[in-house]
Amino acid sequence: MMFLLARRLVQTAFILLGVAAITFLLLYALPADPARMIAGRSATAQTVANIRHELGLDQPLPVQFWTYLRGIVEGDLGRSYAQKTDVGTLIAARLPATLVLMAAGIFVEVLLGVFFGVFAALSRGGTADRIVMMMSFVGVSAPQFVAALLLLYVFAVTLGWFPMSGFGTFAHVVLPAATLGILGAGWYARMVRSAMIDVLNQDYVRTARAKGLSSARIVLRHALPNALLPIIAMIGIDIGQFMGGVVVVEAVYGWPGIGQLAWQAIQQVDIPIIMGVTLVSALAIVLGNLVADIIAPLVDPRIRAR
Amino acid sequence: MTVSALVTPPVLTVDRLCVDARTPEGLRRVIDDISFALAVGETLCIAGESGSGKSVTSLAIMGLLPKASLQIAAGSISLQGRELSRLSNSAMRSVRGGDIAMVFQEPMTSLNPVMSIGTQLTEAIREHQGSEGKSAEAVALRMLDAVEMTEPARRLKQFPHELSGGMRQRVMIAMALSCRPKVLIADEPTTALDVTVQAQILKLINGLKREFGASIILITHDMGVVAQMADRVVIMQSGRIIEQGDVVPLFNAPRERYTRELLAAVPRLGAHAGTDGPPRVSPQTAPNPPLDPQPILTVQKLAVTYGRATGWLFGKTPSLPVVSDVSFEILPGQTLGLVGESGSGKSTTGKAVLGLIPLDGNVVIDGRNIGGLSQRQMRPVRRCAQMIFQDPYASLDPRMAVGAAIAEPLIIHGLANKGERDDRVAELLRRVGLPPEAASRYPHEFSGGQRQRICIARALTLGPKLIVADESVAALDVSVRGRVLDLMLELQETMGLAYLLISHDMAVIERMSHNVAVMRSGRIVEMGSRRAVFEDPQDAYTRALMKAVPIPDPERRQAS
Repeated sequence: MMFLLARRLVQTAFILLGVAAITFLLLYALPADPARMIAGRSATAQTVANIRHELGLDQPLPVQFWTYLRGIVEGDLGRSYAQKTDVGTLIAARLPATLVLMAAGIFVEVLLGVFFGVFAALSRGGTADRIVMMMSFVGVSAPQFVAALLLLYVFAVTLGWFPMSGFGTFAHVVLPAATLGILGAGWYARMVRSAMIDVLNQDYVRTARAKGLSSARIVLRHALPNALLPIIAMIGIDIGQFMGGVVVVEAVYGWPGIGQLAWQAIQQVDIPIIMGVTLVSALAIVLGNLVADIIAPLVDPRIRAR
Repeated sequence: MTVSALVTPPVLTVDRLCVDARTPEGLRRVIDDISFALAVGETLCIAGESGSGKSVTSLAIMGLLPKASLQIAAGSISLQGRELSRLSNSAMRSVRGGDIAMVFQEPMTSLNPVMSIGTQLTEAIREHQGSEGKSAEAVALRMLDAVEMTEPARRLKQFPHELSGGMRQRVMIAMALSCRPKVLIADEPTTALDVTVQAQILKLINGLKREFGASIILITHDMGVVAQMADRVVIMQSGRIIEQGDVVPLFNAPRERYTRELLAAVPRLGAHAGTDGPPRVSPQTAPNPPLDPQPILTVQKLAVTYGRATGWLFGKTPSLPVVSDVSFEILPGQTLGLVGESGSGKSTTGKAVLGLIPLDGNVVIDGRNIGGLSQRQMRPVRRCAQMIFQDPYASLDPRMAVGAAIAEPLIIHGLANKGERDDRVAELLRRVGLPPEAASRYPHEFSGGQRQRICIARALTLGPKLIVADESVAALDVSVRGRVLDLMLELQETMGLAYLLISHDMAVIERMSHNVAVMRSGRIVEMGSRRAVFEDPQDAYTRALMKAVPIPDPERRQAS
């Protein structure tokens, strides 16, 4: 375990370095000029040049990159061009909302996905199976904004059960989490279904039947733990994805998460924020996978042995 | 018929049982009107080849037929007068694992990988005997002790992957007997095990039968196991019972032709005693061997180490030698039989010889040392040395026509145009005893034996001088196995092929080999001419291996 952690730490450093380098190059290859964006349309060439010098944008690219990396090592992600604040502070302010939505979204999608996946596998080929698979197909293919607006209209506007937008109470998190969860559950349901069908055909399930165990015990104690193994890896990926921000859902529900911050920054060519958000999501993806790697051996003793 | 069978009624009676399979074309009968009875305390062997319906019979008794595909059409199964085939699901549950228990063929996959041995053992005890917590655990411990597991207390906390195949099968037997069933059904319980482990498990089953007073139905394809274990025998073929009776008369004077054929096809260890090479099978005389033959394959100090992959941060992971210090040579037209149990390194040796895995030491094929050759430089060597694998189902691409599969090596090596290829394919198919029309068909249209013939044809495409055959007949039924082995001998006689024949089966090795090497734990423990090794084995391990092979003669049963 210590070995795994140490190796992951070094890997993470290299991954972040790579992500930083690629993002940096891409951003500076953009035709947009941040200095002109800050200065405004009417500014003189002299003003623009002054701003550019102030931000260090007139230095050679490798020097800029080096300066940026040095900053990161000291814990400084730079200053936002538009908001004139530390990028670290801006991101930290968004983290609680993002973490809450991530946890709630994953909770809902795993719960729904596992339940319907098992249900479909047990009635394989039957009507229930077909209905669940059709619904999951809709979930997998529906655009986020459609689902988000639909839930918003029904449960917030028409029924008034939940607030329209914002962040703060439990009621606020229900609709955004439901949107993410319902859409994500489609993937989980399909995966759990096929894993369950596979597991139910295994020899050890036949052994369990030969022991005279009840169907409930066979499904819940023998089959399900084996079928959940691939799900753990998927949760790891989702942790990374949701931490990187879910722009559409955040926009529809006015959720103050990282996604909105990134969206504003892209519109304003606010390069330090874009860099910061990219690095945070890269870190989240690595951490998500690490979490999956730590959970997997708890469920599967075969991995523990290695 | 044993005396007790006359006095007490049978514990289990199967009467006029028919089972249908649902197929797209409608119902098809897979078990056709079978009847037999199991007397108290007896061991009944149901023997037959694949597709005979022996496993379906056992699943029908257990009420475990997959509902979607199989159903009981007629007949009755009764346990001490209680009809089982019409019991409700919940009533049947108390029979399963309680009155009738089952041990399956695949010990490696029959235990749940994410549950501890203790949990898996105690759940059946809790289910059927209502004992809780400590007392169920105490029963589990006693059972592990009864199946002669070392350190039973520690085993309870272990997981299946930490146990060997033989140990897992012991756990399965402990589990099956833990509720003191009246009937134990063992479906090929030792087929997946090494021969020495098989001998231990069979002995264990015999001992436990007495201790626990269970009657046993033993399902097997192996007539050696039948001779060793059975009181009575049921011979099945294509869903019907061909013949049944007490074991000794059935072996000595089988009434039916199929039984005679089945018994005749059983290889008997020692059948070739007193001869030097394998028996001649073709009328033609072999091409005269050169006066001073150069070995086609020379292996010197071969070593293979797995786990050499390096972790890029903390250096090498510890490596384990799988094969070390292996040296032998094979002359043209001769066969070296490489025999050993699982984990002995025999398959690894076979792969290393063809340069399929990294190796240390010298391997010289037809005068060329393959050490350090690039893929490109290996090509001419591959023309000369080919391989036939164990599983004829998995080693043919299901979406590639047979002709294309056989011709593929010609294309890869850039030999022969389209017309020549077609001629060559037809010629090769004829050689392995298949019609030329087979070329346009697909692997799933062929039986296991035919597929292995196709694999042999594919290996012959480039006109090799050496063929490595790794357990090439292990997956085949005994009657088919004999014909494939005959084909291999005939090809050797007419084409002067040399074989490196890898097998766990002593009888196959004896029949096919000129020379024999016995491997254990990655080393050769004994090597010599077949006659020397089989008739006067020097190494204790070789002797143990031979002694463990069940003798297909009930009157020469080893005391257990």
